[in-house]
Amino acid sequence: MEYQIKGKTLTVYLSGDIDHHSSDSIRKAIDTLIINNIPEKVCLNFKKVQFCDSSGIAVVLGRYKMSVKMDFKLCLEELPPSIENIFRLSKIDSLVEIKEKETYKDEKSYKQLI
Amino acid sequence: MKKVISNSFDMNLMSKSINEGFTRTLISSFAIQADPTIEALSELKTIVSEAVTNAIVHGYQNKPGIIHIKAKLYEDKTIKIIIRDKGIGIPDIKQAMEPLYTTGNEERAGMGFTIMETFSDKLKVISKEGKGTSIIIEKSLTEK
Repeated sequence: MEYQIKGKTLTVYLSGDIDHHSSDSIRKAIDTLIINNIPEKVCLNFKKVQFCDSSGIAVVLGRYKMSVKMDFKLCLEELPPSIENIFRLSKIDSLVEIKEKETYKDEKSYKQLI
Repeated sequence: MKKVISNSFDMNLMSKSINEGFTRTLISSFAIQADPTIEALSELKTIVSEAVTNAIVHGYQNKPGIIHIKAKLYEDKTIKIIIRDKGIGIPDIKQAMEPLYTTGNEERAGMGFTIMETFSDKLKVISKEGKGTSIIIEKSLTEK
């Protein structure tokens, strides 16, 4: 999974299909990154996500609960329209910030593969 | 007026989570014959994914079982899909269909039926405790 750390913000670039089959390993990968980096803000980027159903909603809800316990801000960014649809349907946008695309090109950052 | 069937399939598959992706691919390859809108196809994939996940997680409680999938494509560019399991069944369908209700662990959202209901034109759930559950979906694949 690709991720980026900029200051105290962790951005996780999700990809592929998020369903019941894949959600367990996705959840574990996100949690490992959060625990290892103790960020103040976590952004889940959905740009490269091809498919997402209610299992993806559960991943976000679980990370939201974690954000309350561990005191970090959670946001979702670059949601494809069909995915934004199901997130709004589940009213997740009332708990978690849904952010529009941003560019970070002139800021110091690093990307790593895990 | 009786609707004219243009194509159909009928199959059984094992209740393995890897088959969620397989069923999505299968249903979109099948529905593409009706020249669906991108939106309708994406919604159809989501509905089927939720129904198959329900059979695996709820019906069969993640244990081995057989999921029966039947689909009919009609000449008026609508699709009817029946997804049936012989699992534990749903004791209270009304409650199961409420948003956020889940019998699963905390890593389930309880949004499956809400999503299926929103994205389909007609949704019917037939279930009997100890006998299993059938989810019947009807959806138009063209512009609404």
